Amino acid sequence: MDKPFAITLDVGTSLANKTGSWRTTRPVYVDRLPPCNDACPAGENVQGWLFHAEAGDYEAAWRLLVRDNPMPAVMGRVCYHPCEGACNRGTIDAAVGINSVERFLGDLAIRRGWRLDAPAESTGKRVLVVGAGPSGLSAAYHLRRAGHAVKIVEAGPAAGGMMRFGIPKYRLPRDVLDTEIRRILDIGVEIELNRKVTDVRAEREAGGFDAAFLAVGAHIGKRAYIPAGAAARIVDAVSVLRGMEGEEKPMLGRRVVVYGGGNTAIDVARTAKRLGATEAIIVYRRTREKMPAHDFEVEEALQEGVLIKWLSTIKNVAGEATLTVEKMALDDKGYPQPTGEFETLEADSLVLALGQDVDLSLLDGVPGLVIRDGVVEVGPNMMTGHPGIFAGGDMVPSERTVTVAVGHGKQAARHIDAWLSGGEWRPPARHEIAKAENLNPWYYADAPKTVRPMLDALRRTSTFDEVQGGLDEGNALFEARRCLSCGNCFECDNCYGVCPDNAVIKLGEGRRYRFNLDYCKGCGICASECPCGAIRMEPERN
Amino acid sequence: MLKQTEGSHAIAESVALCRPKVICAYPITPQTHIVEGLGEMVKAGELADCEFINVESEFAALSVAIGSSAAGVRTYTATSSQGLLFMAEAVYNASGLGLPIVMTIGNRAIGAPINIWNDHSDSMSMRDAGWIQLYAETNQEALDLHIQAFRLAEELSCPVMVCMDGFILTHAYERVDVPSQSEVDAFLPPFEPRQVLDPAEPVTIGAMVGPEAFTEVRYLAHHKQMRALERIPALAAEFERRFGRASGGLIRPYRTEGAETIVVALGSVNGTIQEVVDEMREAGVAIGSVAITSFRPFPLAALREALMHAKRVVVLEKCLAVGLGGIVSDGVRKALSGIQLNGYTVVAGLGGRAITRASLKRLFEEAGRDALEAVTFLDLNTDLVAHELDREAGTRRSGPTAEALLKRLGTVSARIG
Amino acid sequence: MEMQTVRFYQTGTFTVGNRLLAPHERSVQAEAQRANALTSGHRACQGCGEALGARYAIDAAMRATGGKIVAVNATGCLEVFSTPYPETSWQIPWIHSLFGNAAAVASGVAAAMRRKGTDDVRVIAQGGDGGTTDIGFGCLSGMFERNDDVLYLCYDNEAYMNTGVQRSSATPPAARTATTPAMGPEPGNVFGTGKNVPLIAVAHQIPYVATASVANLRDLEYKVTRAMEFRGARYVHIHVPCPLGWGSAPADTIKVARAAVESGLFPLFEAVNGEIVSSTKIRRRTPTADYLRLQKRFAHLFQPGGEARLAHIQAIAERNIVKFGLEGTGA
Repeated sequence: MDKPFAITLDVGTSLANKTGSWRTTRPVYVDRLPPCNDACPAGENVQGWLFHAEAGDYEAAWRLLVRDNPMPAVMGRVCYHPCEGACNRGTIDAAVGINSVERFLGDLAIRRGWRLDAPAESTGKRVLVVGAGPSGLSAAYHLRRAGHAVKIVEAGPAAGGMMRFGIPKYRLPRDVLDTEIRRILDIGVEIELNRKVTDVRAEREAGGFDAAFLAVGAHIGKRAYIPAGAAARIVDAVSVLRGMEGEEKPMLGRRVVVYGGGNTAIDVARTAKRLGATEAIIVYRRTREKMPAHDFEVEEALQEGVLIKWLSTIKNVAGEATLTVEKMALDDKGYPQPTGEFETLEADSLVLALGQDVDLSLLDGVPGLVIRDGVVEVGPNMMTGHPGIFAGGDMVPSERTVTVAVGHGKQAARHIDAWLSGGEWRPPARHEIAKAENLNPWYYADAPKTVRPMLDALRRTSTFDEVQGGLDEGNALFEARRCLSCGNCFECDNCYGVCPDNAVIKLGEGRRYRFNLDYCKGCGICASECPCGAIRMEPERN
Repeated sequence: MLKQTEGSHAIAESVALCRPKVICAYPITPQTHIVEGLGEMVKAGELADCEFINVESEFAALSVAIGSSAAGVRTYTATSSQGLLFMAEAVYNASGLGLPIVMTIGNRAIGAPINIWNDHSDSMSMRDAGWIQLYAETNQEALDLHIQAFRLAEELSCPVMVCMDGFILTHAYERVDVPSQSEVDAFLPPFEPRQVLDPAEPVTIGAMVGPEAFTEVRYLAHHKQMRALERIPALAAEFERRFGRASGGLIRPYRTEGAETIVVALGSVNGTIQEVVDEMREAGVAIGSVAITSFRPFPLAALREALMHAKRVVVLEKCLAVGLGGIVSDGVRKALSGIQLNGYTVVAGLGGRAITRASLKRLFEEAGRDALEAVTFLDLNTDLVAHELDREAGTRRSGPTAEALLKRLGTVSARIG
Repeated sequence: MEMQTVRFYQTGTFTVGNRLLAPHERSVQAEAQRANALTSGHRACQGCGEALGARYAIDAAMRATGGKIVAVNATGCLEVFSTPYPETSWQIPWIHSLFGNAAAVASGVAAAMRRKGTDDVRVIAQGGDGGTTDIGFGCLSGMFERNDDVLYLCYDNEAYMNTGVQRSSATPPAARTATTPAMGPEPGNVFGTGKNVPLIAVAHQIPYVATASVANLRDLEYKVTRAMEFRGARYVHIHVPCPLGWGSAPADTIKVARAAVESGLFPLFEAVNGEIVSSTKIRRRTPTADYLRLQKRFAHLFQPGGEARLAHIQAIAERNIVKFGLEGTGA
């Protein structure tokens, strides 16, 4: 075309005008730490595996999950999911049901028979793990993956620790537990059952182990002094729950009183119900708000007919069946104080659920160890005061949950791995936390949390069938997609779309975006409209 | 084909022969019959393959024309007077964008006072809008000029106004020779636009141009009109060769050989002037006349050549540069730059005032005696004016002038003779 | 709206795109190969809503027509910032004629396309609110009543921004502009003035009329796409905040637009053949004060004595909510 001068122009010629020179602030893509990841005691990359689950790529999700935690099906049942407590979606409608998606992935993996990745090339190092509870299994798994030879020595008749001997079946079916343990052993972890390690130094030396990880747990029920006649039937909760795994179930009678306020007290009371007790009464000295047990477990117990006497302590047991209970009142500071008011309760048995102690006998005579308040002190690297002996789980100072134990196992494995090669493992720098105020929630569709199905109450009190069901695939996908991807780009194209200057380059799926600073004027719309807070505006330096 | 027809209808036929694809119509006296005629032809299917668009204003009429022309089709519209002024912004825009639109102006006065009759105030107001302006002397010439106008416009990518006197030509029934379609087709090739809005070859048309290039853009517009000075006579010559009659060109001298007095004018009044010239020549007066056909571009050289041997030039104008006098006179004087002769501006025929042979003869005789003032208003009712000036001087609230004049005249009918 | 079937994925259908939607369900703006009809290097201010709205709309039209678009632009910011010699930001055939004649020029282009037998090439006219609701209103109405095959896009930033923020007939009540200063007993633009051109367009009974906002891309793209399904005159009126003229932060352009929609001050609806057929429901209701507070042009409302005018504006929003049915479940 023989175009007229000046008034007619060739298209797209404004690309010669680099408007980036106008900029006083520039957008920068950032990755912030999602609060779920931050809160996970097992150090799972929750957002990472949800990302794959959102796309329906469950195997990729599961594989990313098991890089941190080899037992998703167990976790999806027994974890108290602090991730959900931290979830930013809670400020919009309700937290993402992370735990239920984790269970879905774990169950799917079992159904599909997915196997864990083969370990790395052998390092020639040998590590002893004492105890096959969640912490020991986790450590063994991570150490084996790193290429070390691992042997677990377990005092009990089966692996699982408190997962097997502390958590009732109706919360964790044993086939699920067995399968996930088997999968860990299948990558080449050696296990010896029914042998209690009594001298860890000797054991280490005899087996030629380069390091040891101790995770013997806390399974000695605490006793409290309660005056009682010889005929009174008083047992501890740990024994009751352990007894459930044996051939002969514990005989608790028709009227069972459980003394304590933790999750174990709840577990025992619910178990008693299932064993045929007509009355299962928990006696707790404070109020429901102060109870250490998780509220949802209390709720489930109440639904099943468990009774709870708040603000009560047991003074004595008279005869074989009469408990004297004193009413308590909270003082100004919230501590229970005796009131001098008494009443009596009839009980065929009294179960004490007052916490557990650690059997530390295997550490007798090990130099350098520090034991305080009945647990072993460890350093930031999970090593005890004795070089090469590491410890984790319930036997070290911490919250006593399966998830914390699994986290300990992973942490310890990393430190042991580094220690074995003469180095030190330093955790990578943590990103700043992605907070709710970093998000632009308008872009998120309203989507209420998917509720997992519950077994009906009649069957719950008469059988040990699993109480809580899992999500089906549709539900799980929906739930995964409720994730806001806090602080990390999930390729929603918003920045690419909302830039008035076309200064965002879309790099293609999985590769995110790049700012074209030749044209970016620094308006900041991209940062404002990023749903997940993955763009920050920074002052232009020159 | 010879036919006796109304001027407007002759133009409609001429335009139709040029095969426009878009015609925008908005009624205004005295051009209305032209677009009415075209509308009928489109409806009747005589003018096929053409959009006839009834728009809501003259501004829209020319705007629609700008759009269709920029999209690459031959486009026509027509207007008069207030209508031309209402579309003024678009008039400049069409030429600025180099769009070869052809527009007929049925010349008419501009109000206030509102007046539907003929003079050249309307097209003269747009003389510097960048359009080529051709003034027709007769209906035949008007018809012929439209055919030439499309060819010229499209060759140069420049819009063309064909100006014809309202009523005097537009509403006059005269015999005209309407060429055949094949003759017109042979003269006027299909429109090949210089630029076009086309997704296959996208361009930005109508950029904002700043001081760095605006002068150059304007110079190029001027240059285009200088080229038209060559193309207009050439096209007229070709037209004459093909159609057997002289029409168009830059100027048309009449009996200027040895003339001491030459009268210069635009449009249909040249017919009357020539009759008076004939009459005075018979009486032995050395007088002639020159009709300017192309007012834009202004034919300086041709006029100089035609006028330089006269003793005096009388420019008879149907328009008034208020506060100065003549508009055409300015150009004529420029054409005669450096040549000593007497020049007179005569403002005549405003708002349809008849220009009679008697008045012209009297005027030319006065000119021959060099008894004319530099600016003369032909047949001005001086008594009426003097009275009004007195009245206005005596009363602060003198009221509207036009109504006062009519009252004084004792009649509300327009005085034509 | 039938196109807004929710495929739930984190951000539902509200973000520009997302990796999990089927390609045909993604927005035009999510496409790596989108037209970018208005490309980089233009001279719009930082955070310009009009630049964004124009690209959204034209790109959508480009997809709807397979790239066969001619655009006619009225004088105004969009024209000035996109085409200063020697550079143009347009990648489509585009013409600027005058301030007040975009609709008429577009009529001419459409007529030419019909006569050339290329009426698969669709014509868009576009202008700001001044060029549309004021000076270009005559040509717009003419184009409407003739039912010419033109989609007219009005980018409404509620004043004459190109000339330095003067009042137009689209300026809202109380807004401070250079010609409605925030002083005297009635600071800012006078209540009870202005005109609603979308409803005037509906009154012309043209095939399609819609309002849209840069805050709701999916809705905007749907409406432009829907508009291209009709022949005849169509009108889409797009709300585009102007950080300069409104005194809002450039980063807040979409936030401000969203607040206008979510408060009910800028109702989103569509009309077919003279009847309003749907409205886009408010998702998260916002008080009008939250919209107004983001903009310095309304700062005087938050001075002592502004309460009554604030209440008046809230009442306007509430009337819109009832009139256009903006509450309830919808898209």
